[in-house]
Amino acid sequence: MSIQLTVNKKKMSLDIDPNTPLLWALRDHMSLKGTKYGCGIAQCSACTVWVNGEATRSCVLPISAVANADITTIEGLSDHGDHPVQVAWDELDVPQCGYCQAGQIMTAASLLKKKPNPSKTEIVDGMSGNICRCGTYHRIQEAVKLASEIASKKKTKSTVKKSA
Amino acid sequence: MKSTRRSFIQKTALFSGAFCLGFDWFQANGKEVSMVQTTMESGRFNAFLAIDPSGKIILYSPNPEIGQGIKTAFPVVVAEELDVDWKDVEVRQANLDTQNFERQLTGGSGALKHSWERLRKAGATARKMFVQAAAQTWNVDASTCKTSKGFVLGPKGQKASYGSLVAIASKLPVPTEVTYKNRKDYQIIGKRTKGVDNQSVVTGKPVFGLDIEKPGMVIAQIIRPPFGATLKSFDAADALKMPGIVDVVSFKNKVAIVGKSTWEVMKARGTVSCKYNSGDFDSDSTHQKWFDEGMKTDKATVQRKDGDFAAALARSAKVVEATYECPFISHSPMEPMNFFADVRADGTVILAGPTQVPQSAQKAVASLLKIDEKKVEVELSKMGGGFGRRLNNDFALDAAELSSIIKKPVKVMWTREDDMGGGIYRPAARYHFKAGLDASGNMIAFYLRGVGINAGNATRQDNFPVGAIENVLVESVNQVSAVTTGPWRAPITNFLGYAEQAFLDEVAEAGGKDPVQMRLDWLARAKSNPVGKITYEPDRFIEVIKQAAEKSNWKKKPGIYQGFSVYFSHLSYVAQVADAQMVDGKAKITHVTAVTDCGEVVNLSGAENQIKGAIIDGMGHALFAKLRFNDGVASPTNFNGYRLIKGNEIPTINAYFVDNGIEPTGLGEPALPPTGGSIANALYAATKKRLYKQPFEV
Repeated sequence: MSIQLTVNKKKMSLDIDPNTPLLWALRDHMSLKGTKYGCGIAQCSACTVWVNGEATRSCVLPISAVANADITTIEGLSDHGDHPVQVAWDELDVPQCGYCQAGQIMTAASLLKKKPNPSKTEIVDGMSGNICRCGTYHRIQEAVKLASEIASKKKTKSTVKKSA
Repeated sequence: MKSTRRSFIQKTALFSGAFCLGFDWFQANGKEVSMVQTTMESGRFNAFLAIDPSGKIILYSPNPEIGQGIKTAFPVVVAEELDVDWKDVEVRQANLDTQNFERQLTGGSGALKHSWERLRKAGATARKMFVQAAAQTWNVDASTCKTSKGFVLGPKGQKASYGSLVAIASKLPVPTEVTYKNRKDYQIIGKRTKGVDNQSVVTGKPVFGLDIEKPGMVIAQIIRPPFGATLKSFDAADALKMPGIVDVVSFKNKVAIVGKSTWEVMKARGTVSCKYNSGDFDSDSTHQKWFDEGMKTDKATVQRKDGDFAAALARSAKVVEATYECPFISHSPMEPMNFFADVRADGTVILAGPTQVPQSAQKAVASLLKIDEKKVEVELSKMGGGFGRRLNNDFALDAAELSSIIKKPVKVMWTREDDMGGGIYRPAARYHFKAGLDASGNMIAFYLRGVGINAGNATRQDNFPVGAIENVLVESVNQVSAVTTGPWRAPITNFLGYAEQAFLDEVAEAGGKDPVQMRLDWLARAKSNPVGKITYEPDRFIEVIKQAAEKSNWKKKPGIYQGFSVYFSHLSYVAQVADAQMVDGKAKITHVTAVTDCGEVVNLSGAENQIKGAIIDGMGHALFAKLRFNDGVASPTNFNGYRLIKGNEIPTINAYFVDNGIEPTGLGEPALPPTGGSIANALYAATKKRLYKQPFEV
């Protein structure tokens, strides 16, 4: 029995074991490698994607549970890599090894959807479920703040000043 | 000049106007750099620096990128001396190429130290050739020309882009003498340069080893035995009937489940049962017994002896004695081990994936399969961390052996449990220190015995304050275990640094000295009249200590409990002051000040990342990490039991760099060793409780 779902605005139909975690369905069956495997037990959040707009850990979520759902992965966060969170991540040079950052970015973008102007505490708490083994936490927190500023400037249609 | 390869000054006819200037990494004798001009053939480069007529500069970065930022730092140096605009530079990762690259590895924080001069020379030589090409064209003296952002500027306002000069420049003789920029004129070095892979990372491009897909590739996972155990039998009957399963095979006490997709392999794996021999395999109690025995044995290896420790201790007014202990820990990079291998019928092998040492992978696989190294090709992927774990190529050997058995291209993927349970850990160690103080509280005798389990020499016998103390004895004992170990970010010093710096805090307290002043006094001694050989430069030590004391307001912050430490490793110096505060009755590290002397800072953004990351890494592991052993099996094996530090548990960190323009040294590791000590000492200041064992919080 095939499972229908929408991934990054594209309708997909998958004929795989319904217990397959969404993570492996994305990586092995949809060639979307941006979502990362880190622990497989929903502890590190490297596998974070959006399910119907909610940040969700895909490594323990069976594909059967997301039938007809709307999935967004890092590849679909923006058309040109220019979501305010992506821009801020580059601007503040957040990544070291980079492996956890897709999950961090999906978590951060979700946080900002709910709280467009988060306080420092809200940022720290909101991001504390995502492990970064390289320890890029300071810049992650600063980048969430910067992303919220970029997004609010975009809304007021003023230009975003980027350093060289 | 010794070389077994081709002539270094090799000029060949250029076609299509493309110009490649390479520089040689194989020079055994220091900083000589030979320039190799080659043609670009079939899109394949044999060199590092290519400029096409459009002015685009392509730099191949040979060293594996593990998160240390080398793929950005190396090209920064070349681009600076070439004098081009950074935005015109395109950086590409080079695959293993032993013909053209030297030291193509990531380890020991040694890349910049090794390549600084070579990178500068590569850039400066090309720049000089463009200047000469322009001078020739304009019929002016080359000394009257300047360069700026990829252009040569003539004395009468002439201006020519490097791209437009490629055809002429490439026909000129390669200059042997070049001058480097004055550091005050640096446009890129020392500034903040963003990681060259940022865009790929933030958009989720498939750049990591686990992302590798190749035609006909199958997926495999491997069940490994407990440490020391032998596989007796296994039952895979159920697994073989499951959908997507291609094969289940055994080699070297391991059982590999091979299938078409990750989930199918994972599911089938759960149905495979393995039987092992029984035996007296390692448990925590085994390791404690070995520590005890190692401390008592009279067969320790003497690593350093200055003066007469025993006599000096006997006449000491006061003796300080302490034992410190550190457990086995896992590297746990976010990307678990994985590797791709295709052992082909024609006798060639393709390896691809994350390894810190691609050349070793090539050699090891060639040796395993009894084939010529030249038949093994290694493609480098970006690595999702490594911290030393990917210095051991067990994962590459497994993949190659499995591919040779199943005769298919295969990607072997470790689960987190495989990764954390599968060994090559940081060795466990116990340290015993003794210090003899005279009546004025000065240390006149210093003793250290390090007992490690699969640690080799668990001491670093020349470490400061050795060199400043009259009577020293340093000994080591290595206990051999079936638990596999290897380098872990700042090998040995990642735990020795904590033990030493925490013990010196005890020495200062017992002698009634300020920990900062005590070290400065010792360094004055080491500078004026060193005891035996010293491996560090006292002045550089002194500078980081003084700056750290000043910038942290050492002992001048009311309500803040401070701990000091300083360490020299991988040729860089890092002094730290950790601040602790009492929060809800509990001591908490709230801030760390770090002053680093790594010579010239090539990329300030990357350098800050390395310092802050290493401090967070060192702190997280000192506070939380420990593996336990029972009958040859490690636990925990995932992040629900093995705690890594998170973003809501970090202190603020101020990272400063000494501005001295000395040739750069490494940064991937040096900020980690002092961290355990600075935080242990700050927590002691707050609680008056010494921390003798990692992890501090159990």
